[in-house]
Amino acid sequence: MDTKELRTEEFTINMGPHHPSTHGVCRFKLTMDGEVIVRAEPVIGYLHRALEKICENRTFPQCIPVMDRFEYCTSMSCNMVFALAVEKLAGIQVPERAEYLRVIMLELNRIASHLIWYGTTCLDLGALTPFLYAFREREDILDLFEMTCGQRLTYNYIRIGGVSRDIPEPFVPKARKFLDEFDARVDDYEALLNGNPIFITRNKDVGVMSKELALQYGVSGPALRASGVRFDLRRDDPYGIYDRFKFNIPVYHNGDCLDRYLVRMQEMRESAKIVRQALEQMPEGEIATKISPVFKAKEGEIYSRIENSRGEMGVYIKADGKEKKPYRVKMRGGSFNQLQVMPHLVVGHKIADVVAIMASLDIIMPEVDR
Amino acid sequence: MEIAGIFKYLYEQLQATGLPQNWVDLISLLAACFMIFGFLALVVLFFVWWERKVSAHFQQRLGPMRTGWHGWFQTIADSIKLLTKEDITPKAVDRPVFYWAPIVAFTAAFAPYVVIPFAKDLIVSDLNIGILFVLAITTFTVISMLMAGWGSNNKYALLGGMRSAAQVVSYEVPMVVSVLAVIVFVGSLSMVDIVTAQQQIYQWFIFRMPFGPIAFVIYLIAATAETNRAPFDLPEAEQELVAGFNIEYSGMKWSVFFLAEYINLFTVSAIGATLFLGGWQGPFLPSWMWFLGKTLFLVFVFMWFRWTYPRLRVDHLMEFSWKVLIPVGFANLIVAGLMKYSGWFNW
Repeated sequence: MDTKELRTEEFTINMGPHHPSTHGVCRFKLTMDGEVIVRAEPVIGYLHRALEKICENRTFPQCIPVMDRFEYCTSMSCNMVFALAVEKLAGIQVPERAEYLRVIMLELNRIASHLIWYGTTCLDLGALTPFLYAFREREDILDLFEMTCGQRLTYNYIRIGGVSRDIPEPFVPKARKFLDEFDARVDDYEALLNGNPIFITRNKDVGVMSKELALQYGVSGPALRASGVRFDLRRDDPYGIYDRFKFNIPVYHNGDCLDRYLVRMQEMRESAKIVRQALEQMPEGEIATKISPVFKAKEGEIYSRIENSRGEMGVYIKADGKEKKPYRVKMRGGSFNQLQVMPHLVVGHKIADVVAIMASLDIIMPEVDR
Repeated sequence: MEIAGIFKYLYEQLQATGLPQNWVDLISLLAACFMIFGFLALVVLFFVWWERKVSAHFQQRLGPMRTGWHGWFQTIADSIKLLTKEDITPKAVDRPVFYWAPIVAFTAAFAPYVVIPFAKDLIVSDLNIGILFVLAITTFTVISMLMAGWGSNNKYALLGGMRSAAQVVSYEVPMVVSVLAVIVFVGSLSMVDIVTAQQQIYQWFIFRMPFGPIAFVIYLIAATAETNRAPFDLPEAEQELVAGFNIEYSGMKWSVFFLAEYINLFTVSAIGATLFLGGWQGPFLPSWMWFLGKTLFLVFVFMWFRWTYPRLRVDHLMEFSWKVLIPVGFANLIVAGLMKYSGWFNW
């Protein structure tokens, strides 16, 4: 009798681009041995909109609304990084009050972005309720943005030379009220998950990213800080007026999903601290320097970078000095590097962990595909 | 008011028509079948609406509000939609397996109602193997999931089907062990005997120290896993397997799975109420109200779990069953046996 040895076969599973938890249109080709991942290969480009090329055909101020679409969870940061680059390139001064408004908006936007991350992480782990709690707080922030600039997603608020308009009268009291409640709300979130054994076992020692691996792949932001590197552009390469505020940079050392969770939870509190200080110190005055809508930048090139909620966000602009448009624009998003490092993190884990790891890295596809 | 009397009266009327006895039995059995089917359909309609409302209020939303008072008509509208929906059978499926899977699921969900005591004297058939029958029949659900997973010819569905097989088989053991603790004390498998053993509130098995509460908690956890509800909803884990074993199903076939899922929820709650919460026993109110009240309370507890906890991972799920629930369950069973044997606390 033929005694064939019993063996198992690897099989390929296609996760995405239509999948409930790939945060947009990411696709993974997963080679699996049962439920265990043997190989993972990310396939990107489903959300490519050629934003960099579009910018080359627009004047500098016209590029700001395009930047809104670069990373729509934190449109303020995208506006900011482009405005900073052009201001450096053209030597434009920004009024004091505008600097404070920028910081307030950026930090509120960071909180809103982290809230989306918190909600979707819980969704991806199968806890459906915290998502709605996170969106309740995010709603307050969006209301603040809406009363300021009329938009809830693509703000087009931070402009070259300042901001588009001053905050209305009820903004400051409403923001203060939000900040007063916010710490207690974060306590609630943590109470819901930090002591939950299911949540802990799902995250502890899952997707461990060593310091070396993180640095090799240029991972930045909370994911890097969870791997034990104390690097935050707000402190290490301060832009705007970030050197005036006191805040802590949370760092954890295991580099697993749980640490990435803890880093982000603390960052929300720190951002709230910064907003409080900024509201305290904000002077009266102008909100923007007048610039011509069709100004020409001097010939030259510039790279500006800021600390976004998903890591280092940068924009490189080259101007040729003849046109009113940028000659070349290149964008850098933190998600791109974090997606590239993912195949190293998921090998040997279960399919459920792919979802957990992706959620903990906070990858957002428009930033990857641009 | 007890409703068992109505059925007795109807049965006597049927006998008075002068039909032969086996005809009378056949007609009354068919009538019981249709009544239970109608009752379960109503229960499912209510549960779907209720679950949406419960989850909505946990999440600070309102839930369905537009169709009817607080959206009570919503599930009816949804089921009309499902009935009229196109029933798609993908090309590459294994047709007979694909077709029979929902039917097996539904049968397995429906059959336990033969032995569930809805109220005093209201039970279709008081089998002497009652609880054993329920445990045996409900296990068929896993076969339907395997059939659906395999027959769909889809990798996600296959993973879901395999997960459900592993999960249901592992959690069957602690469930049986927790139920055994009760059976040891009652000395009978009949559902009616189990209920009559819990006449006073202090005699309810959940209050019988020390083994009762432990058995109840094990039962509750195992039952959540048996019904594939969060945090044990791995076979259909939306975020991982999109929809798991029923990914290729649509229209009526899908809704039969859905129906079976909610009937299973009612079944495990009803069994839990019967075994641990005294079944239909209780003061003042008629017995069917007590039964329904206790069952709905347990259903609410299951919904509460679902909307609070994150999902377990598949290996943690297995570990939890084999390394925690089963040893604790067996230790508990030994305690119950010793107590019965020695006659301590033998109320």
